[in-house]
Amino acid sequence: MSGFWDTLFGLGDKLAAHVLLAASAIALGIAIALPLAVWASRSRAVARLALGFASLVQTIPALALLALFFPILLSLRAVFGDDLPTLGFLPALLALTLYALLPILRNAVTAQTNLDPEVLEAADGVGMSAWQRLRLVEAPLAAPFIMAGIRTAAVWTIGAATLSTTIGQPSLGDPIFAGLQTQNWVLVLAGCFASAALALTADLLLGLIERGFALRKRALWLGGMIAVLLGGGAAGLAQYAPWRGNADDRIVIGAKSFSEQYILSRLIGQRLEDAGYRVEYRDGLGSAVVHRAVTTGAIDISVDYTGTLWANELKREDNPGREAMYEAIVEWKERTSDARIFGRLGFENAYAFAMRSDRARALGVSSLTDLSGVAGRLTVGGDPEFFERPEWIAVRDIYGMRFAETRNFSPTFMYDALQSGEADVISAYTSDGRIAADRLTVLEDPEEALPSYDALIVLSPKASRDERLRAALEPLLGAIDVAEMRAANYAVDRTEDKRTPEQAATELADAIGL
Amino acid sequence: MSAGDSALQFDSVARHYGDLRAVDEVSIAIPHGQFVALVGASGSGKSTLLKTANRLTIPDTGRVLIDGEDAASLPVSALRRRIGYVFQGIGLFPHMNVAENIAIGPRLAGERLSEARIAELLGLVELDPTMAARMPDALSGGQRQRVGVARALAGEPRLLLMDEPFGALDPITRDALGDRVRALHDDLGLTTIMVTHDMAEALLLADRVLVMDQGRIVADETPLALLEGAGGEIAQGLVAVPREQARRLAALPGSGPA
Repeated sequence: MSGFWDTLFGLGDKLAAHVLLAASAIALGIAIALPLAVWASRSRAVARLALGFASLVQTIPALALLALFFPILLSLRAVFGDDLPTLGFLPALLALTLYALLPILRNAVTAQTNLDPEVLEAADGVGMSAWQRLRLVEAPLAAPFIMAGIRTAAVWTIGAATLSTTIGQPSLGDPIFAGLQTQNWVLVLAGCFASAALALTADLLLGLIERGFALRKRALWLGGMIAVLLGGGAAGLAQYAPWRGNADDRIVIGAKSFSEQYILSRLIGQRLEDAGYRVEYRDGLGSAVVHRAVTTGAIDISVDYTGTLWANELKREDNPGREAMYEAIVEWKERTSDARIFGRLGFENAYAFAMRSDRARALGVSSLTDLSGVAGRLTVGGDPEFFERPEWIAVRDIYGMRFAETRNFSPTFMYDALQSGEADVISAYTSDGRIAADRLTVLEDPEEALPSYDALIVLSPKASRDERLRAALEPLLGAIDVAEMRAANYAVDRTEDKRTPEQAATELADAIGL
Repeated sequence: MSAGDSALQFDSVARHYGDLRAVDEVSIAIPHGQFVALVGASGSGKSTLLKTANRLTIPDTGRVLIDGEDAASLPVSALRRRIGYVFQGIGLFPHMNVAENIAIGPRLAGERLSEARIAELLGLVELDPTMAARMPDALSGGQRQRVGVARALAGEPRLLLMDEPFGALDPITRDALGDRVRALHDDLGLTTIMVTHDMAEALLLADRVLVMDQGRIVADETPLALLEGAGGEIAQGLVAVPREQARRLAALPGSGPA
């Protein structure tokens, strides 16, 4: 269990970032919700509109809400200029603030509508102005209910803040997402534990303030407030202390949420650190987010794949072949932006079909052409999106593939399904470590129905102009073949003797002679 | 009687709620020192009329003059602070103790009441000074309304408005507090308007009884004149109730002079 505690205490930075984010969102939520509640108490229309909007926001999954702010902020750059951040703290703050609004607003409005009308008549009767009535009567009587709303908002926000990892804001979600991907349960557990402990602590302290208000005990609510402020202040200090240095000379490397991306970002990061750069990682970014992020300069470096960019960014559905696709993407990037495709790493992480070797031999299958002949007796497994993707449709149509049954598995369990015989053939990724580890047969694709997915490095406008950085990354181009990438991925993914992405990156660097 | 002689004067005051004429062109003058009962059935408009005096209700047309000044021309909070207001709901502030409740009006005007003054105000409504530290939820209904009266008197108003002040109290408390308020009215030289639907209470406490019906004042008499049959049909209908009760009580076996 010592690994757990080491991991947990190593999360200080993430905890500070998490506290700062959640506290800012709750504070901003309070600052918006309270005046809105006062206004709502004076106007039914405002009350209905505000509560309706807040409830609507609540029905949007937090993950989607966070992701939505990227395009919103991007379009707002037309107004505020290109310095407006589109990833990281700002969108996370805005999304979580919206999320925090509902419970605070609802409790504040309910508290106001439930105030005794006779007490309000008395307030008017003794000659209070509207402001005096609010300050001397309505606010103190509503305070315990409002605090209860703030407590709920705090617990929700602290939980939802873990999802801000996906839009490049460091949080306690970083270890959770990284751990889930690499099946490092200690990491997941540490992240969850820290996040839950934070939520419980916040709930406890805000509960003290609530009780202080309800019992009209100043020591109680003042003490609770001081503790909350101290916690927020400590997190702010940890994040923005002068000794942490200037963010501008740091290189930010983005990674999507799978092991290969973690390893390659570390490999790149280690080379840049050796060259004297300060490096920061934004892990677990959404696939759609990462390319726009590097194009706009929100991050400096990402690793992407030709097939992904071809379909998602160029919106192309044809398959011109490996070289032509790469050339077209390089040309497209130069034409449409200041960001650049720096070069290819050498391996592909393409979709492929894989079978157990003994099964493939027994059925006499070594290519997709062979497979189409026996598919009517077989079950195919794929990740949940695979059977919607153009790759599958192309294979199905070009080879006339008709399986007896199609089944969805999460990527982690696909290989287990193959071993247990629940699937005869699966959609695999060519660089996946399990292909080598399970000694699977990857089927040939003689008709080139499956597009290539060459791994490539994308540089932001700033990074692409940096000669020293280009020189540091030059040796990686064309240096990694698929067997080495499989080995590195497997070292992270396997359950026994696991490597962290950092260790795997170091081993990979050794293996390719850097 | 000129406006300057009146503590309170309603001048063609009207207030409509949609088609309903809650107060229909009421003009009436109340001289200093008078204790006036405003009597009528539910919905007769008596509370609405009363509340135009401290502008808890804003009249659609007409003027209300306080000591000859148009109430609409005064800042509303200043106006209310110089008028004592007691109502059936009492409306003690539940988060303030008795002393804080009593001192709220002067506090709004930037004045702090001394402990002695709080004790004096509690004395006026026959409450023990040790009540000062109690919270409202620790008081009985009668005690609460006594605090309500003390709160209304804390700003030394010359005009006291009471809207069904004793309506929710038990009969014994109600009687005692009614007498107490009448005595305070005399001792402090107040002008008092009390809205009530109870004609007996009006006859026993007031110098003058105004009867309202459908937004209009239909009778304006002294209690004695009412008992002698003046004021018209509606007023006499209201007087008949306590009179009949008294007659039946007197006729009960064992009551009256043996």
